[in-house]
Amino acid sequence: MTAQLIVAVASGKGGTGKTTVATNLVRAAAAMGQAVSYVDCDVEEPNGHLFLKPRLDRRQLVYVPVPEVDPAKCTACGRCGEICRFSAIIVIAGQVMTFANMCHGCGGCMLVCPEQAIVEQGRVIGVVEEGRSGGTGFVHGRLNVGEAMSPPLIKAVRSAAGRGVLTIVDAPPGTSCPVITAVRDADFVLLVTEPTPFGLHDLGLALDMLKELARPHAVVVNRATPGNNLARDFCRERGVGILAEIPEDRRVAEAYSRGELAFAVVPGFGDRVSGLLTSVLKEAGR
Amino acid sequence: MKIAVSACGQDLESMVDARFGRCGHFVVVDTETGECRAVNNGINLNSAQGAGIQSARNISTQGVAAVITGHCGPKAFRVLRAAGIKVYPGGGGSVGDAVAKFKQGLLEEAQTADVEGHWS
Amino acid sequence: MKEIVVVSGKGGTGKTSLVASLAVLAGESVLADCDVDAADLHLVLQPEIQKSEDFTGGKKAAVSPDKCSGCGRCHEVCRFGAITRDEGRPPAFAVDPVACEGCGVCSHFCPEKAIRFEPVVDGRWFAAVTPYGPMVHARLEIAAENSGKLVSLVRSEAKKIAEQKGYRYLLVDGPPGIGCPVIASVTGADAVVVVTEPTVAGENDLERVVALAGHFQIPVYLCVNKFDINPGLGEAIERRARSAGITLVGRIHYDLAVTAAQMRGVPVTAMEEARAAKDIRAVWNKLLTHVDTN
Repeated sequence: MTAQLIVAVASGKGGTGKTTVATNLVRAAAAMGQAVSYVDCDVEEPNGHLFLKPRLDRRQLVYVPVPEVDPAKCTACGRCGEICRFSAIIVIAGQVMTFANMCHGCGGCMLVCPEQAIVEQGRVIGVVEEGRSGGTGFVHGRLNVGEAMSPPLIKAVRSAAGRGVLTIVDAPPGTSCPVITAVRDADFVLLVTEPTPFGLHDLGLALDMLKELARPHAVVVNRATPGNNLARDFCRERGVGILAEIPEDRRVAEAYSRGELAFAVVPGFGDRVSGLLTSVLKEAGR
Repeated sequence: MKIAVSACGQDLESMVDARFGRCGHFVVVDTETGECRAVNNGINLNSAQGAGIQSARNISTQGVAAVITGHCGPKAFRVLRAAGIKVYPGGGGSVGDAVAKFKQGLLEEAQTADVEGHWS
Repeated sequence: MKEIVVVSGKGGTGKTSLVASLAVLAGESVLADCDVDAADLHLVLQPEIQKSEDFTGGKKAAVSPDKCSGCGRCHEVCRFGAITRDEGRPPAFAVDPVACEGCGVCSHFCPEKAIRFEPVVDGRWFAAVTPYGPMVHARLEIAAENSGKLVSLVRSEAKKIAEQKGYRYLLVDGPPGIGCPVIASVTGADAVVVVTEPTVAGENDLERVVALAGHFQIPVYLCVNKFDINPGLGEAIERRARSAGITLVGRIHYDLAVTAAQMRGVPVTAMEEARAAKDIRAVWNKLLTHVDTN
């Protein structure tokens, strides 16, 4: 592999083992001598750092643009309030009011103002932190508590990354704006599921999403138990490949609970993840 | 003086809608003449965000001095205050009852928003 | 009526399984599944749908190619990279609906009025009955925006039913995370129950979700699921929570019966002999002593 490759690890349902798979894949790649970066896009609840334990040496605040009105120039004509779809700026009783945390940063008010009375100021929504974990690149974002809009921060995390030859993106759960922002430019998406009714129902939603985004993808089944063919049947029906099955193992759960990578501490786990990585690279390289 | 009440319907018999931002109508009552009319607020019932702000803006164009409602969030409160409209939360029962209570001085003017707004 | 919202910072900590069991214990209550991104409660409670309606979230832009002169003004003003440019003579522009933020700025500035800006259907919501009471749930379309708004809708419809029919409890299955949908599901609730696991990730996420509830000034209760996976960490999490003013409502043991119940499509509490079922009964009783007196 010489070309830049972005692999996103996602799942419809939370808690299926996304972070476990992503962080262990990163360790497996490093063990094979691959230049690799880990990018945690789950900015609402970033957890990858607990396992990769990076030394963070760069920190950058992320701003979204919000309007600031110069009262000396404003004639309270109300155009800004008319164009704003988000109720972030309105004119009332001859004065203009802004609501910074409603603003989506579209810039419409600034463009439409006939007096050029509006400039943009930055409002902090979170932070991007970068560093290294051994030889591995590391980036994650943290959304400020009480902040609703994660996509601009996820975009900032994604653009801070991308120097490694192989980039593993840990995506947020779900199927709406945040996960789409995280996976839409991935070369390959690995979906982590559990062979349970909840897991497969949400995998179905994630598959619908990827079809919409037209991203190549495959499934890894986590916490597989002997005799349970639910995931295999489901994937056959949906025509999607399974690259690996990771067996249910209390030792993996315990390593996870302590913040340890199962790659290093659970016998057999490392080989399985290395095998998964090889399959992913082969699939993604096609 | 004219006051507005957030309402589930369009007349004095309607119940007060506890939601300021997402009420279907405001019933505007002239406390001197008893005259009343409904102002449609339906556009904000389903707005994506900022229903409180837009409802406040909507009612501020009606020349009212006060608003009676159930709860008023911080953003709507800021707008109403800027428009010089007083807010009387805690209204319940019918619109007619709420107006009667207001006239008897039984409702207390809010000095701050009484709920966290955002999406509720 | 008391509205109890069950959340967790990270997903997969057992929120939905807990809510389904609480529904059984509460007897008659109204249920709302606010995890509109990945709604699973219906898989356990088997609701019979009585009403279903489209959910119209926001508006999106769309270029009418026959009116487009190819001037590129839309491309210039869009901040979200949602206008795609197809080279030709003149070049043609189109809107990528996935990237479109719904701000309408392109439509406003198009000199040819060639960009429509119209409401789009973003999902569907359902009113249903279950053996344990009425239920409201929803499904957000793939790649749809406005999940926070759909959450608000589900909650307010459920609340309406609870108030009209005089139910004592409204149980809400919340979404994971701390962003837009979570804010929409906890704002103004009577109680927030946080379900966490004794893992470093659970510990990390708990702090953020608790800060969020604090931000909105709602009483927070903590329940540690799979406590025996790492009892030392479980106790540490409980200590930390208690010192942050959070009330502990119990521990649930790691129990394969939870997965078995899910496989059978029933709440864990339906398996009366299960250890987790016993734990959940204790959680509910403890929770009520606080919620009912508040």
